[in-house]
Amino acid sequence: MEIGILIFLSSGLFLGWSLGANDAANIFGTAVGSRMVRFGTAALICSVFVVLGATISGSGAAHTLGELGSVDAIAGAFMAALAAALTVFVMTKLGLPVSTSQGIVGAIIGWNLFSGHATDLSALTKILGTWVGAPLLGAVFGALLYLLTKWVLSLTKLHLLRLDAYTRWGLILAGAFGAYALGANNIANVMGVFVPSSPFTSFSVGNVLTMSSVEQLFLLGAIAIAVGVFTYSRKVMMTVGDGIMALTPVAAWVVVVAQSLVLFLFASAGLKAFLEGAGLPSLPLVPVSSSQAVVGAVIGIGLLQGGRAIRWSLLGRISAGWVATPVIAAGICFISLFFLQNVFDQQVFQTAQYRLLPPLIERIADQGTDPARIQDLRNERFESERAMMQALAERTELTYQQRFEIAKLAKVESDGGAEDHLVGAGAEKTARQVRLAAAVSRAAKTHP
Amino acid sequence: MNARSALRIFTGTKTLENQLDEFLDLLSESGILYRAGLTYYLDNGGSDNESFQHKLKQVDKMESRADQLRRSIEQSLYEQSLIPDLRADMLSLLEDLDFLINVFEENLYAYSVENPDFPKTLHPLMKQLTEQVALSVEALVTAARSFLRDVGAVRDHLHKVLLYEHEADQVALALKTQIFASDLSLDRKMHLRDFVDKVEGVSNEAEDVADWLAIYTIKRAA
Repeated sequence: MEIGILIFLSSGLFLGWSLGANDAANIFGTAVGSRMVRFGTAALICSVFVVLGATISGSGAAHTLGELGSVDAIAGAFMAALAAALTVFVMTKLGLPVSTSQGIVGAIIGWNLFSGHATDLSALTKILGTWVGAPLLGAVFGALLYLLTKWVLSLTKLHLLRLDAYTRWGLILAGAFGAYALGANNIANVMGVFVPSSPFTSFSVGNVLTMSSVEQLFLLGAIAIAVGVFTYSRKVMMTVGDGIMALTPVAAWVVVVAQSLVLFLFASAGLKAFLEGAGLPSLPLVPVSSSQAVVGAVIGIGLLQGGRAIRWSLLGRISAGWVATPVIAAGICFISLFFLQNVFDQQVFQTAQYRLLPPLIERIADQGTDPARIQDLRNERFESERAMMQALAERTELTYQQRFEIAKLAKVESDGGAEDHLVGAGAEKTARQVRLAAAVSRAAKTHP
Repeated sequence: MNARSALRIFTGTKTLENQLDEFLDLLSESGILYRAGLTYYLDNGGSDNESFQHKLKQVDKMESRADQLRRSIEQSLYEQSLIPDLRADMLSLLEDLDFLINVFEENLYAYSVENPDFPKTLHPLMKQLTEQVALSVEALVTAARSFLRDVGAVRDHLHKVLLYEHEADQVALALKTQIFASDLSLDRKMHLRDFVDKVEGVSNEAEDVADWLAIYTIKRAA
């Protein structure tokens, strides 16, 4: 592997380190902060299970991040990861529990803005929705689990010391589960942007172990997370332990389980398939913020106890940090990309051309637009998705999402002759499939 | 953490549980022996009363054993970082309960050394006072056991401590009134008053511990 590629990957490793220092601290924060589990034990378990979660089940959430913006040049990925990592690092220094999820989403949007790529609003809405949903779900899980645990404890009448021993084990097991879920869910934040430009190639050891390039990338990211856990998470763990509200060890256990469940629900492709197979509603596979899940769970328990113990001013600061993080990351990314491209002469995105070839015009017509209104765009070559979307917005009443989908499909490559071919990010949606979809759509309208 | 250390956690917990139980047993038993010892004292005198001296020795041994247990429990709680949220409360509770055994022992020694001479007419009230005091400590022990095992039941026992303490106050007041209304010399009156205060003091101490235990219970139930 080239040394240059390693340098570019270093920002991802820095982001991984930040995730280990901050997000992973959320997992064991209440356990270590309440002095129920030693830091060394917590760090070891956390590292092992983050690595396992990232390499075994890490791909689900990465896909959604890819939908948001496919950073297609490694220098761009470097800067996106660096912007996210710097933002998270600064927020960590300020004592605000933010997550790499918020940082990387902001950074990808910054890259989209700089490169002229359009942001998929449906993916963005999905992600932003989880930023509201994750703390709410965390609060609901936290409150329900707390009630259930108290009820079970009142029935079992455990000796104080025995309860203490069981709680320690419970914290370790729940923390291991939480670390696995964090690895599975959040590895996409760390290495997701490098997936389209992964420098690795698949290899297999005998017929036993096969590692794809993405799995190798995720393993590397997971190791960076583990280093972050060991080197910098101790202080954060102690802060998280009783920052928002002083927690009893049992409540600490409830918080760890609640946030682990939230992370797992948003990361497990298997669970999603199972729920969908059973006809039940499922959650999108999105990298959610462990900070939001943990804060939600603590608030849930706090509200159950009347809300008096909650430090609302701190909560206000934390919420402001959640809003500020993506905005700051987007700003840093945008400005830094400018310098990286124009001062350091690096290619931060792949240049491409976009054309409205006949299948796409058919599609636009099917969506209720008179083809005559876009006649002038037939031979025009656009330099970016956003330029094409702007042109369509001026001539049609298509929604943002409809224009976005057209623009995604409109990327063309010349075959060396006179013909251009659609190679747009709809990947599998080749020109033929677009025609087929349009035909099916017409048929459906004719024969309802 | 390997399987052996995991096993050690649970065996260590069991040992500590047993030690705590034994400590509370000692407090409960020393209360019973205290009451029996004072009854023997009132019935037969103190310094050359074998039964009284035997009870005194028993309580003395119990006090030593309780000290030993308390130190061991406290050391384990700190060394193994157990119950971090309630450790300080637990230590205070142990110290307070241990103090009650000390008071039992000190009182019996005071009777043995100073030989206060209670007129026969005061014996029924003195026995009643001793009984109320022993009952208040017994109720406190039950409350402390509940604190460890069934936090919801602590209040059921704490209110009994307060009731017995109040009863003991009433009896002590009646005793002191009778003492100072008698024809005894002033020095003897004051001597007897001191001993009534000593006995009654145990239930006052139990009440203080009960008040703290009520606070610890709120914390534990949170």
